[in-house]
Amino acid sequence: MHDAHDALARAGRALRVVLLIALALLFLVPFYLLVRNGLASEQEITSPDWTFFPHELRWSHLAEVFQDPGLPMGRALFNSAVIAVSTTVGTVVLASLAGYGLARIPYRHANAVFYAILGTLMVPAAVTFVPSFVLVSSLGWISTLRGLVIPTLFSAFACFIFRQYFLGFPQELEDAARVDGLGYWRTYWRIVVPNARPVFAAVGTIVFIGAWNAFLWPLVIGQDQEAWTVQVALSTFTTAQNLNLHELFVAAAVSIAPLVVVFLLLQRYIVAGVERSGIDD
Amino acid sequence: MSAADVRTGGAVARALGAQRRNLWFWIFVGPFAVGLGLFTYVPLVWSLYLSFFDAHNTVTPTGDDFVGLGNYTAMLGDGAFLSSLGTFVLFTAFIVPATYVLSLGLALMVNRLRLARAFFRSVFFLPTACSYVVAAVIWKLSIFNGVRFGLANTVLGWFGADQTAWLSTTHPPWYWLVIVTVRLWLQAGFYMILFLAGLQRISPQLYEAAAVDGARAGWQVFRHITFPQLRATSVAVVLLLVINAFQAFDEFYNLLSDARGYPPYARPPLVYLYYTALGRDQNLGLGSAGAVILALIIAVATVVQARWFGLGRKEG
Repeated sequence: MHDAHDALARAGRALRVVLLIALALLFLVPFYLLVRNGLASEQEITSPDWTFFPHELRWSHLAEVFQDPGLPMGRALFNSAVIAVSTTVGTVVLASLAGYGLARIPYRHANAVFYAILGTLMVPAAVTFVPSFVLVSSLGWISTLRGLVIPTLFSAFACFIFRQYFLGFPQELEDAARVDGLGYWRTYWRIVVPNARPVFAAVGTIVFIGAWNAFLWPLVIGQDQEAWTVQVALSTFTTAQNLNLHELFVAAAVSIAPLVVVFLLLQRYIVAGVERSGIDD
Repeated sequence: MSAADVRTGGAVARALGAQRRNLWFWIFVGPFAVGLGLFTYVPLVWSLYLSFFDAHNTVTPTGDDFVGLGNYTAMLGDGAFLSSLGTFVLFTAFIVPATYVLSLGLALMVNRLRLARAFFRSVFFLPTACSYVVAAVIWKLSIFNGVRFGLANTVLGWFGADQTAWLSTTHPPWYWLVIVTVRLWLQAGFYMILFLAGLQRISPQLYEAAAVDGARAGWQVFRHITFPQLRATSVAVVLLLVINAFQAFDEFYNLLSDARGYPPYARPPLVYLYYTALGRDQNLGLGSAGAVILALIIAVATVVQARWFGLGRKEG
């Protein structure tokens, strides 16, 4: 009886592992296809006798993708990098300051301000895209870096996470700083920021990924080819008539490479950040 | 209050201190609050204003263009707009349960691993780094291509199945499979992390107590301990899934539009609004009315759902 139970448990465990491995392979297939199609010849991508491994890996495709005048990848990557970095820095600075003020500086109407900020989470950002477009275009910011970055800097989500984090931050450290005569400003920069690096890394990574992958806003605002981000450039290319498949796949792979690196390096911060964010509390 | 305080006019000092604190509060919170007001509240109010005007191609309509509730009645009587809401409901009905079950299942399996836990977590989480545009390239041009070299058709061909034009077949609506699987792949890992966090907060004592009470490992423990303990996480996950489904744009746009434009079917609200407000017509008044209606619907849905599930209540 006991043995039978153990055997059953063992079989269950084995089944679970097999299922996990199968699912993991399934999750990795799209990444594999991206690289495979990027490096295979055009004939091999479209061959009816489809094979998992191409006969020859054409690394020259990597250079080719930067030379096509129809797909301005270099420019688009540059735009995406500038936008993602400035969005991340701006968001983290603005939201962390606001989160700290809300958590730590006593003010009679702090709660009202907090709810006014939190309330914007209820309004899906995407639903305001029509009026935001209207606002940005009336400011004359269409196809400019300003238009692509500034309206996205005020993330209620980031502010919320910082506030929650600072609420749980040990008060003693700050009290010691206050006794030493440091004001809010210097306490924040010298004591709080250095001790809160995990939450900065977590929010920073999440914002960076979001900014790099954003599509609707750059599509609406970045109308000139000069202002295209990587996502807009790729998307324009997929709906074009004469498309060069291997080039598109290489371009797509190149566009996710920086993120995959960032992601694998900072993954534990993202996980910790999501876990501590309190969004599921 | 100490005697010294009273002697040095502590009340005055405190009042000044409070003022200084208020000033510091606004130095910290002000820039963010002003920006949020400018780029969220102003657009909302402006949108509300525009929605009462017949505003084509302009954001500053004159009094002559005032149409009252005309845009709203036009929108609510517009079959295409209503069908976009239908598309959203249908999409939500597919994607929310599918993501919920898959991410919870992954979390339960990964959580019990002793070996290679970080590896599996990374593999399932990695697609989160991928954009909808890139995923759409893979899904549209490689996996679900309607020709023989597409992966799905190749694999199905091994079993003797006919080729399917996944994205252009509307009866049966095979494009639905393509759209749902893209999002499932991209977002399941993120929700798995939320569930993993929830699982880690469950006290081991509960499981010990259950074992003492003779609950069998597996289904019984899941049903009576794990699942109820994950209640708050589940509520948050479902709420996020619905809100995100409501904002679906990227995969629909990238999977379904081609050189000839966007097909007449499967237009979720945002895609519909995008074409109304920013398409050839640039009908900003009508687009704004649609945005206001959508904002109201999601606000009501969120409140109802939060009430229904008792959002904010603690687990346990």
